[in-house]
Amino acid sequence: MGGFDFSNYNRNNVLHAKGVPLPKATSTGTTIVGCVFDNGVVIAADTRATSGPIVADKNCEKLHYIAPKIWCAGAGTAADTEFTTALISSNIELHSLSTGRPPRVITCMTMLKQHLFRYQGHIGAYLVVAGVDPTGTGLYTVHAHGSTDKLPYVTMGSGSLAAMSVFESTWKPNLNREEAIALASEAIKAGIFNDLGSGSNVDVCVIENDKPTDLLRNYMKPNERGEKARNYRFEKGTTAWVSQKVVSKEDMRKYVTVEEVSGDPNLMEVDS
Amino acid sequence: MVNAHGVTGVLGEDGIHVDMQHLKSGEVNLGTSIMAINFKDGVILGADSRTTTGAYIANRVTDKLTQVHDTIWCCRSGSAADTQAVADIVSYHLNMYAITNNEAPSTQVAASLFQELCYENKDMLSAGIIIAGYDPRHGGQVYQIPLGGSLHKQAYSIGGSGSTYIYGYCDNHWKENMTEEEGINFVRGALQEAIKWDGSSGGVIRLVVLTAKGAVRHLYLPDTGYTAPGVTK
Repeated sequence: MGGFDFSNYNRNNVLHAKGVPLPKATSTGTTIVGCVFDNGVVIAADTRATSGPIVADKNCEKLHYIAPKIWCAGAGTAADTEFTTALISSNIELHSLSTGRPPRVITCMTMLKQHLFRYQGHIGAYLVVAGVDPTGTGLYTVHAHGSTDKLPYVTMGSGSLAAMSVFESTWKPNLNREEAIALASEAIKAGIFNDLGSGSNVDVCVIENDKPTDLLRNYMKPNERGEKARNYRFEKGTTAWVSQKVVSKEDMRKYVTVEEVSGDPNLMEVDS
Repeated sequence: MVNAHGVTGVLGEDGIHVDMQHLKSGEVNLGTSIMAINFKDGVILGADSRTTTGAYIANRVTDKLTQVHDTIWCCRSGSAADTQAVADIVSYHLNMYAITNNEAPSTQVAASLFQELCYENKDMLSAGIIIAGYDPRHGGQVYQIPLGGSLHKQAYSIGGSGSTYIYGYCDNHWKENMTEEEGINFVRGALQEAIKWDGSSGGVIRLVVLTAKGAVRHLYLPDTGYTAPGVTK
């Protein structure tokens, strides 16, 4: 029987009570969004991973593969989003092989919610599930405790409020592909610029009914590092010297003695 | 992560957990107004559409009226995750029941399934559920399951945080054997007041009417047609 071992949870609480700080998990203080359009669905994410106040990764991937036409955007604990989506992706592929049918978004959402509910929120995965299947377009949010919502546009993570303000002010029904990408990336940018937990670049994934899925990695780079006006490199010849002497390889041998060592060369040297 | 479930709990002198109502940190809550009533031809279920995480509205068009069989539905309040999980399990069992017995389950069967889950797992769940259904033998029926997992058959039932504001309204306006129109107006009027006074309730008013003809959905805005003291036209 597989699964997670939570015996360290109690040990950590005891240690914590005695004043030992618990180790910090890398959390994706994140902005992730999703939005349906006339021919499919688009999801997008920022690329900042944080560990407390430290930016742990400036360009991480928060868009996870489930199936060719089902993708997930993840917020919360980075390791949990990574492993939960990988596990469900594996089970979805086996399920699809066993049924001989393309996988459905609602199947994926149900597997995720049942997995997360079983762990009562201890798996800190907050996910946006999106995709197209024979029944149509699907877009859901799944919270760590196992609750789900179905909406035409969604946001999650610490930047969800900033992103939602963009959706609530500019979203309209029946968007086309280009409008949906523009809206989703604009919502992510609102998170990048207004939320401290989000930053760096915009990743976008477009899933369409009759086309292969487009993963647009670093679709926007609104935080490119500019050229520095000055640097600390010293030009060649900056240091003055008094004299110069060139020693050839042959001359070098005059200063070195080579000695053959007795004993088995395969034996390692051990302290006497 | 530090404030995960179990760390913030309060223990009583006898070592029994007294903090029943608390949600695990960051959990999605259905601070809710829900109700279900009997009327002449069946039952009507009603709910607001607000789900919250702390002070943030996570969904303003939530559907808290969940179908567990053709004409057996429930109103969910409490933790979104818990009530969805319970409703999914009941839905599964009722589908199996219908297939194995070649007969639709009665509302009482559905209510008993809900009670079993809510009572046996009462320590782990925060779920307040109202079950309402129509079956040809018993007609319309309304059941309520509060937090402890008890089961109550009622003429009408109200639940969720918003229900505290409408006990007076409901007691005052309730009539046995209302027509469909009267019933809809009763539920709608009550939920309008609940949404008005309860900060955790809001959005739109969703109704489901269950009769011999099946399930029919209705949707109303809380302020259209609202007439009460203090409203200027």
